[in-house]
Amino acid sequence: MKQITGADLFVKALKEEEVDTLFAYPGGQAIDLFNALYGEREIDVILPRHEQGLIHAADGYARSTGNVGVCLVTSGPGATNLVTGIATANYDSVPLVCFTGQVPTHLIGNDTFQEVDFVGITRSICKYAVMVRKREDLAETIKKAFYIAKTGKPGVVVVDLPKDVQRAYGSDFYPQEIMVRGYKPNTSVHMGQLNKALDILNHAVKPVFLIGGGVNIAHANTEMTQLAELTGVPVITTIMGKGAIPTTSSLYVGNIGIHGSYAANSAISNCDVLFSIGTRFNDRITGKIEEFAVNAKIIHIDVDAASISRNIDVDIPIVADAKKAICALLEKAKPLHISEWTDEINRWKKEYPIDMGKVGLTPQMIIQSINELFKDAVIATDVGQNQLWTTQFLDIDENKQMLTSGGLGTMGYGFPAAIGAKFGNPHKDVIVISGDGGMQMNIQEMATAVVYELPIIICILNNGYLGNVRQWQEMFYDRRYSSTCMRYRRSCEIGCNKPDHCCPEYTPDFIALAESYGAKGIRVTKAEDIKSALNSAKQNTKTPTVIEFIIDREINVMPIVPPGNSLNDMILESEEGRE
Amino acid sequence: MKKRWICLFVENEIGVLARISGLFSGKSYNLDSLTVGVTEDSTISRMTISLTSDDRTFEQIKKQLGRSVEVIKVVDYTDTPIHMKEILFVKVNHCTDADITELFRISKVFGVAIIDYDGTTVLLECTQTENRNDDLIALLKRKFANRIEIVRGGSVAVEAVSISER
Repeated sequence: MKQITGADLFVKALKEEEVDTLFAYPGGQAIDLFNALYGEREIDVILPRHEQGLIHAADGYARSTGNVGVCLVTSGPGATNLVTGIATANYDSVPLVCFTGQVPTHLIGNDTFQEVDFVGITRSICKYAVMVRKREDLAETIKKAFYIAKTGKPGVVVVDLPKDVQRAYGSDFYPQEIMVRGYKPNTSVHMGQLNKALDILNHAVKPVFLIGGGVNIAHANTEMTQLAELTGVPVITTIMGKGAIPTTSSLYVGNIGIHGSYAANSAISNCDVLFSIGTRFNDRITGKIEEFAVNAKIIHIDVDAASISRNIDVDIPIVADAKKAICALLEKAKPLHISEWTDEINRWKKEYPIDMGKVGLTPQMIIQSINELFKDAVIATDVGQNQLWTTQFLDIDENKQMLTSGGLGTMGYGFPAAIGAKFGNPHKDVIVISGDGGMQMNIQEMATAVVYELPIIICILNNGYLGNVRQWQEMFYDRRYSSTCMRYRRSCEIGCNKPDHCCPEYTPDFIALAESYGAKGIRVTKAEDIKSALNSAKQNTKTPTVIEFIIDREINVMPIVPPGNSLNDMILESEEGRE
Repeated sequence: MKKRWICLFVENEIGVLARISGLFSGKSYNLDSLTVGVTEDSTISRMTISLTSDDRTFEQIKKQLGRSVEVIKVVDYTDTPIHMKEILFVKVNHCTDADITELFRISKVFGVAIIDYDGTTVLLECTQTENRNDDLIALLKRKFANRIEIVRGGSVAVEAVSISER
């Protein structure tokens, strides 16, 4: 048998796993792996500017393509810089395999230069973490890593590679299959439970589907749309489930949750059957748990047994992959006669739409312009108000996808995720909707977008505040704007809570910054310039375009369920009311 | 809240103990004792975990253990006839002659072996159930306050073969 180094086997394994894009940042303990990648033509080796940007890019690539995202970094700081990205991806069930260099096995535990116990650090935030201690285990471990990352409830696998294992010679064999005795992803659907669920659904008077991210992850959007159309049951989504059916469908009610729509939250509170697929009922969607869907029989389909009956009690639990379950449902489901119920929901939708109701340059107008101008696109959000507005106003159908950090809520996610999405979808428009705060958390990736000639459109909604926290401070903390003003300078009055025209200038100047990187910059201050800016960005096919939208400083995300309240108990409008 | 027993078959690999104990600490699950040892198959270790929890949390614990890649099998022993034992050493220091007589009497009643002795210090070895060991410790603490040193091993458990005995 041919003898090759661990590093060469690593490259071979990537090819066998059909990895076309590798997000990689070199360092001392990974140098042998990079040496083996030198001149590589089958794998596009991307050099971002920071490991956190790197892993969010791999995440955006994975979410937008359905492929496993692959990272390669060095030991110590290279590895620890991945931590936020690992937790982000794993929380949202994104398949990633992260290879980290490690000091040679004989030096482990000696406080060696750039040594950290990375398996120990990541154990609780990833699906599986392992160090390869022997060269002969390398091929099997990599095979196992890809298998675990992409099957069942997808997640992040960390593979720590000591330098001596990278350098050691051994077999070039790479297995085609692997059996992991402790890991048996569910591949079947329990028909008995499914029939019970259907029976309950068929007798419902006020049924709803509540769809989480599981349907998007299982790529079951077409089937889910068919199921909704066949049964006529209204569909409510979590923000991760948004797009499960086209948001333009008449059956789509809106998002549930603390910033959900009135109609969606009311439908959940009033329904008699809650048919949920692929959601973990996290606190942001349930509101006060004791008052969540109190009148409903609850059916819960999830690929992860541990997500069922954890936060809420479920009447019919079904452990299954969303796509398999929906396909099985499609064979047996029938139309329901629930027009009174759907009329009621439609009335709520009409009476209480989500509408910012302001004239001028509002996030709603910006996002609706994106809806109009981009038909085939991936839209990545950052975290905070920009994300919530996007989940409220963005239209998604089969040609559009939204990437957002829903579980961990990681600021700085959006821009690098969009970079990864563009690598995976070169022919789609890729748009970032970010705030001025989150944009600065990974702004160094502007260089990556420029050098790889990625014409991403970066929309910065600049209100000069960490807006989501500021909103909470305004509404629930007596306007005590503690550490949320991004225009603060030493010269400012202590305890200021009133932005006005005298506030210090914003720094950085995003337009000048974009230009210094070699990107294009457009500043928009008036509503009538939104579309021309977006169109001009669309025409720019060589470099990224930054569009800085200067929005109202104290604009809020409405409606909102105050902390600790039930979904019934929403505040619909800001105090100042509509203008 | 109820006392529970879990038998866990796991990969005999570095880091598995950290993974399991980390799961308990990370998710704030209560853990009474955990023992681990290799089985007849040297690639598999077997853990006996005892804990006290409500039903909902216990279901979650079993599911969380079950989804760990390193865990091969989770067996709930809570309502199963099992044999369980825990090793316990108690060292009693500064004993008078009367103390020693008393210790020999206790050892008879509790079925405890006296395995070492140097004139003033007595070493007891007890292999009983966790509850029985608790009783013995309570008694010794009362009688020999501030003079005892305790080492407990945590329980090991195995399903009963023929009888419904606990």
